[in-house]
Amino acid sequence: MSTQEAAALATAGNAVETPAGSGRGRKRDSNFGGWILPVYTAVALLFLLIPIAYTFVFSFNRSLKSNISWRGFTFDNWTGVCKAQGVCEAVGNSLLVGVIATFLATVLGTMIALALVRYRFRFRSAISLLLFLPMATPEVVLGAGLAAEFLTAGVQKGLVTIILAHTMFCISFVVVTVKARVASLDPALEEAGRDLYGSPGQVFWRITFPLLVPGIVSAALLSFSLSFDDFIITNFNSGAETTFPKFVYIAAARGIPAEANVVASAVFVLALVVVIVSQVSAAARRRRLAAT
Amino acid sequence: MAAMTGSAFAEAGADLKLVGVQKRFPGFTAIENLDLTIPAGSFFALLGPSGCGKTTTLRLVAGLEEVSAGRILIGGKDVTATKAYQRPVNTVFQSYALFPHLSILENVAFGLRRRKMTDALTRAHEALNLVELDHLSARKPAQLSGGQQQRVALARAVVNRPALLLLDEPLGALDLKLRRQMQLELKSIQGEVGLTFLHVTHDQEEAMTMADTVAVMNKGRIEQMGAPAILYELPRTAFVANFLGQSNLFSGLVAGETSNSIAVDIAGSRIVVPKSRAQRHGGEVTIGVRPEKLILTRTAPNANSALNSLGPGRITDVSFSGVSTQFSVEIPSVGAVVVFAQNLQASPMASVGDAVWVSWNVEHGFGLEDDERSAARFSADESTAMIAAHRKDALLAELEDS
Ligand SMILES: Nc1ncnc2c1ncn2[C@@H]1O[C@H](COP(=O)(O)OP(=O)(O)OP(=O)(O)O)[C@@H](O)[C@H]1O
Ligand SMILES: [Mg+2]
Repeated sequence: MSTQEAAALATAGNAVETPAGSGRGRKRDSNFGGWILPVYTAVALLFLLIPIAYTFVFSFNRSLKSNISWRGFTFDNWTGVCKAQGVCEAVGNSLLVGVIATFLATVLGTMIALALVRYRFRFRSAISLLLFLPMATPEVVLGAGLAAEFLTAGVQKGLVTIILAHTMFCISFVVVTVKARVASLDPALEEAGRDLYGSPGQVFWRITFPLLVPGIVSAALLSFSLSFDDFIITNFNSGAETTFPKFVYIAAARGIPAEANVVASAVFVLALVVVIVSQVSAAARRRRLAAT
Repeated sequence: MAAMTGSAFAEAGADLKLVGVQKRFPGFTAIENLDLTIPAGSFFALLGPSGCGKTTTLRLVAGLEEVSAGRILIGGKDVTATKAYQRPVNTVFQSYALFPHLSILENVAFGLRRRKMTDALTRAHEALNLVELDHLSARKPAQLSGGQQQRVALARAVVNRPALLLLDEPLGALDLKLRRQMQLELKSIQGEVGLTFLHVTHDQEEAMTMADTVAVMNKGRIEQMGAPAILYELPRTAFVANFLGQSNLFSGLVAGETSNSIAVDIAGSRIVVPKSRAQRHGGEVTIGVRPEKLILTRTAPNANSALNSLGPGRITDVSFSGVSTQFSVEIPSVGAVVVFAQNLQASPMASVGDAVWVSWNVEHGFGLEDDERSAARFSADESTAMIAAHRKDALLAELEDS
């Protein structure tokens, strides 16, 4: 759901820009720029946002077994999320898997990215290319392949295999994101650090790492949302364990409990808050610096 | 390492010695066999055209690049195999290389903190005061102008009081007034503690005014080095003659010789050069004279054993530049000769088209060691263009000042 939301935000951003940016279209046909575009934009936005709005509204539904028709407003679903069977266990598993897989993928991916940019070694370009494979391969194939591999290796399916699987596909995204950041790093900065008596460790932690942080953070956020979101690969490799997407999928057969809507809405609101807070604090920092 | 990085500031400068240093990049030799000794406590300027290997030399000394061959000694200790952070050297980078995520103050304090100095921030403030930027110490580098960044880079290196300070065109982005001020500041810092400065610059004037010793570098070699006045008075090669100031160069066969001078046949005229000022005394030689040493006359000068003269030629260009006037004189079968004449009298001097003779005191000529091929008149490489650019900048700045 985080990816959906990101798409929605991205579309919203484009939509705001488009009417103003279409100066050429406006000249040729003022009607087109005048109202068709805004209407089209509004419809597109509506289409994207209605499912989210629906999910949010129905998280307050006084539902019985299924949560399809509106029966009245209540906070019960929010106050007692964990009452519905399995919701909180599934969310807990998803968080655990997301955090561990994100951590592993971010650390490994950052190291791979540094190695790929900084060092010349055999098969370097081959590795760069191969790292794109997990992104390009259909998830079903990846999931089934991994499942078969775990089976042959005799690994018991469970949280560990989910974490391994998620780490694997997240690494590619981390490498691609961090690599761009490493490549844009001015090598003279690290040289200046060495020149100013910084040992290799000090130079890394005081110069290289802080400069890579924006890339690493966005890679970690991306990893977490991919992991939290993933259903297909997880379904192949989870055995008896349930993650939140898997829970929703299974529940869908007999009616998704409103508590699932609560979790989904909470995640959405949380993501929104994170985005708003970071924007506002960045603006505040800019203002403060401009004042000095 | 502990002795170098753990201890406080350098008590005095250290001498630097490069022995047979060579630096090869894949497919390109940037430095070939460089021998260089810089005495402790001296202000040494490395001057040369773009791409001649100045920055590479500094990087080798700083330890940011490994030598392909040869040895580097600082204060008598062989540091060839040590790492950059272990060398008692700091660099002011050509690209500033300020840490974008740290405040100006933290940038300056970085080296002190790495050496566990207790009063790092106090000293950083002092250094920033020195470059008149203490009021901006809370800012980030991106919020400073280019010249301000350059001063921060200077403060960040100087604050460590290294035994050897490497400066890679540290004043390039400053305006004339600020540059003068920083030059004085640098000189006083250097004198105060007796640090050794290795200063790389494009600006010959800066090199000549600041340095005790100037080395002119070309294509990865030192062409000539010595005190600025000697380099200017007695350039040994055509490159130096044209890179440091301007020169008129002539080639011809040695046609006669006395015990202390040689006579060269330049397009039929006998030009005399003291042997002590000529690198070669026989065969085809190139001789030169500075434009400001030339005297312009409308009549042929009297035959005089103390005077060389060429002419007659025609003035092709006159340009007035305040303190002096620059004449271009075209002399048949000799070529263009440049003359700087001081504007002592207000009297109108020669103008375009006039027939004139140029003459100079025998003592002012010099003979080069190049053969005639490499000394093709006015080796018109980037160096002369660069000098022209610098001149123009200086002129514009002066015009703005007044
Ligand atoms: N990493 C490298 N790989 C290959 N060639 C290099 C490398 N670094 C420098 N060079 C070459 O070595 C030569 C000397 O470079 P250097 O940077 O020392 O010049 P410079 O004298 O400092 O010039 P400038 O005055 O423009 O700064 C140049 O021709 C440059 O192209
Ligand atoms: Mg350079």
